[in-house]
Parts: sequence; C-alpha cells; structure tokens
Amino acid sequence: MSIFIDKLFRYASRFVAMSILLLVAWIFTVLLQNSMESITALGFDFVTETKWAPNLEKFGALPAIYGSVLSTFIAMVLAVPLAIGVAIFLSELAPAKLKSPVGVSIELLAAIPSVIYGMWGLFYFVPIIRDHVGGIGISMLTAGIVLSIMILPFMAAVTRDAMNTTPDILKESAYALGGTKWDVIKDIIIPYAKAGIIGSFILALGRAIGETMAVTFVMGNVHNISLDITAPATSIPVTLANEFNEADSGLYYSSLFELSLLLLIISFTIISIAKFYFLRRKRIA
Amino acid sequence: MTHTQKRIIVNNIVMMLSTLSAIIGIGFLFWILGVLILNGVDALSWNIFSQEGAPPGYEESGLKHALIGQLMIVGVATFFGVPLGILAGTYLSEYGQQSKLAETIRDISDIMMSAPSIVIGAFVYAVVVAPMGHFSGWAGSIALTIIMLPIILRTTDDMLQLVPSTLREAAFALGAPKYKVIMQVVYRGAKAGILTGILLGVARVAGETAPLLFTSFNDNFLNTNMNEPMASLTVTMFNYATSPYEDWQKLGWAAAFILSMFILGLNILGRLFLLKKRGK
Repeated sequence: MSIFIDKLFRYASRFVAMSILLLVAWIFTVLLQNSMESITALGFDFVTETKWAPNLEKFGALPAIYGSVLSTFIAMVLAVPLAIGVAIFLSELAPAKLKSPVGVSIELLAAIPSVIYGMWGLFYFVPIIRDHVGGIGISMLTAGIVLSIMILPFMAAVTRDAMNTTPDILKESAYALGGTKWDVIKDIIIPYAKAGIIGSFILALGRAIGETMAVTFVMGNVHNISLDITAPATSIPVTLANEFNEADSGLYYSSLFELSLLLLIISFTIISIAKFYFLRRKRIA
Repeated sequence: MTHTQKRIIVNNIVMMLSTLSAIIGIGFLFWILGVLILNGVDALSWNIFSQEGAPPGYEESGLKHALIGQLMIVGVATFFGVPLGILAGTYLSEYGQQSKLAETIRDISDIMMSAPSIVIGAFVYAVVVAPMGHFSGWAGSIALTIIMLPIILRTTDDMLQLVPSTLREAAFALGAPKYKVIMQVVYRGAKAGILTGILLGVARVAGETAPLLFTSFNDNFLNTNMNEPMASLTVTMFNYATSPYEDWQKLGWAAAFILSMFILGLNILGRLFLLKKRGK
C-alpha cells in the first residue's frame, strides 16, 4: 500500500511539474494558431505597415512596436541612473539605522500593483506634463516616466542585492589602500557585481516592455508614429488592453493575437538573455 | 590641485549625486503612497462595503460587488494554484533535483514569472472564453492560476532545498517511504518558507489587472456565479478611474487603497513568517 502511494506521489508531482512545460508550449501554439489568419493575410507587412485602421481592415503593428520600444527606452534612460543611485545609497552610504527601513519600503513598493502606478500617473502626472511640458499630457513621455517609476523599486532592490554580494574583504582591502568610497564602488563593487547589475537591468527591461496597466492609463492608444514624445501614442500591451474586447472581425482578432504572440516572443527573448547570459542561477549543491 | 584632492572632490560629487537620486527615487515612491492613502482614506465609507455599483451620481454606491468578485476570483485561483504549485515544486526539489528536466522546468518558470500577464489573458480568452461564448469568473481564475503557478513552484522548490538533507536521511534510516519523508519531515521543516511563498504568490496575483480585462471582464452589480462575467477590484478601479465622473473616480481610489493595503499586508505578513523562522 505504501509503495503504491509512494509511486502515486512521485508520478503526480512529476506530472504537474512537467505540465508547466506543456502549458508554455500550449500558450505559444494557441497564440500562433489564432494569429494564422493575420499571418497568412498580411504576412511580413504586419510589422512594417504603419497604418492601423480596423474599419478598413488595415492592420499595421509598427506604431505599437515603436511605442513599446520608445516608451521602454525612455523608462530605462530615467530609471537606470536613479536605480544605481538608490542602490549605492542603500548598500554603501546610508547609515545603518536607515538602511533596513528604506530598503524594506522600497521592496514593498515593488509589490504595489502596476494599475495603481497607472492611476497615480493619470491623476497626478498627466496634469504636470500638460502644464509644464506641453501637449495634452496623455503621451509617450508620460508613459515612459510612469513606467520608469514603476520599475524603479524592482531595479533598485535587485541592483542593491547584486552590489551586496561583493565580499567585504575586497572592499576593506581597497579602503586600506586609501581608496575613497567612489574608488571602491567603481573599481571593486561594480566590476565584481557587473553581471548581476546588467542582468537585473535587462530583467527590468523585459518586465517593462510587457507592462500593461501602468501605461494604459496615460498613453492614449493612438496608432501614430510621431517623433514628438508629448503626443499620444500606443504600445503593444496598450493596444491589446484597449481593443481586445472591441474586435469585431476575424482578421482584427487575429491581428491582436499576433500582437500578443509578438509581445510574448520579445519578452521571452529579453528575459532569457538576462537569465542565461547574466544571471546564471547559483546551484544549491 | 593634488591628485588626492581631486579624488576626494570627485568622490564627494558622486556621493552627493547618489544621495540625490535616492531622495528623488524614494520621494516619488512616497508621493504615490501618500496620494494613495490620502485619497483612499478620504473615499472610504461604510457604503463602500455595503453597496453595489450604481450609475454615477447616486449616493448609494459602493464596491461590494468588486470586493466579493475579487475574493472569489483570487480565492479559486489560490485553491488550484497553491496545491499544484507545491506539488510541482516538490518534484523539482525532491525527485528531479539537478536533472536536466528539473533545471529546464526551473528556467521556464523563472521566465514565466516575468512574462507579460496580458498575454496570459489573451491565451485564456482563446481557450476558455471563446469556446464558452462568454466572459466568466472561471476564466479570470484560470488566468490568475497560470500566473501564480510558477511563483509558488519556485519558492516551494527553493524552500524545500533549504531543509538539511541529514533530516531526510534520518527519516529514511527509520524506514520511512519517500512520500512520508516529504510530507512529515521536509514539509514541516519548510513550513514557514512555503507559507511565505503562498502569501507572496497570492499578493502578486491579487494586483493583476491585465489578464482579467478579457477573461472575467466586469460587472457593475453583485454576482456570485463564477460562470458569468464578474467584477474585480482591479478592473473596477480601471473603469472607474478612467471614467469622467468624480464619484466614480473616488470609488476607484477607495478600491486602490483597499487593494494596496491587502497586498502590502500579505507582503509584510510573509516577511514576518520568514523573520520569525530565522530568529529561531
């Protein structure tokens, strides 16, 4: 009897674990199947066409792709230096009394749902952009800024963790040679933790590009490629969030599924680069 | 200026910049928190908990429908996600260990944890909503289960691996079969860790909005039938906040406040469990 239960437990647990792989494969297959209509009808034009006009059955994903890339780029440009600053502050500068409470509150802020960052952006940040930068406030720039604030806690926390892996003895040796704090940071900590820091930035990038709610509020869903970052724009997740429930034709649906597939492939690739190239997990022997 | 002086000046500049960026970063985050608390507390009233959604302009409107919907959707997702995740995590730590299969599952789950959640919504739409012909609470729960699964799996795996192998060996030496060793020794040793994983997993999916938009959809009235479209705090918050009506926006802030406090509470609780364990 107990041998039977033992076997059952082993096979059941293996089955559930393997079903994760099946699930991922299933997700890709379903998205691909549902995209087939648009892939066969539009082909490669889907990603190069700039016009998205569902009423004319014209589906070009370039504005959405452009919006995803540009808003994520703005977010990274703003968040990376801030995250490094916060991480340096937390790991090297802050007095012991501040380190833990500030560190914990940053980690807790990383847990706040992105929809709340989006809501804050809509009510408090959109007016600021409108009054001081220009445009109507709903824009690519606003989306980039809100996105940067949303990824900041995550980025700062992982960067700090990466910096904290530097052995104290290395830092102490450098200080003993007369190094200033900055010398130690740039010559010891950053070279030591480089892979971890870059990896966490790329991971944050992967999360930012697929983020929906933080940007849906403030981007406007306008399919237009504009160099003016104060103009409303769209991105892949914003298009999905706004239009999925409105799609009325087979091709429209299919194009939205193709967008999802595209987004999944992009973020899978980015996250894999971060994981396999920079953040090889330390195996617990 | 000597070389040393120069280095000291550079050092001071960089330290100042870093403190400044910390102040900016932390300032922004506390700004958001402040806004959330001020607006949330201002919008809270007994009606929020006792009344359902109403057309804009009605005094008697609340979030009862969204609160109950949220609890049901997240509850069902937890009901399925937690045992499945624990079971899969057990396989990785206790049976698969460092095998190729186990490592692949770990890598894929790590990637899934950061994958865009709206895509999961699209997937569930295709396999559940479209064949059924309508949005439903079940579909929302399924989407959240898929998101929760890799989180629970990876934390369980990590936490079980922390249990010293000498404990397992002692139990084996007494003649216990493997499942008994796992159930009675390994799980017990990792209890606090697994619990923390569950709390963090629930906290994570409770804040998900994107995968619910086209699975459980929304409903402005109380509905406890999982087979119908269902309101959730997050989607309600999104709809109310983007509406032009001031009283709806206020309800949106109340929803945001309640949800954030719930999620922060779970996170803090999870941390306390781990701290208590470490303190022993």
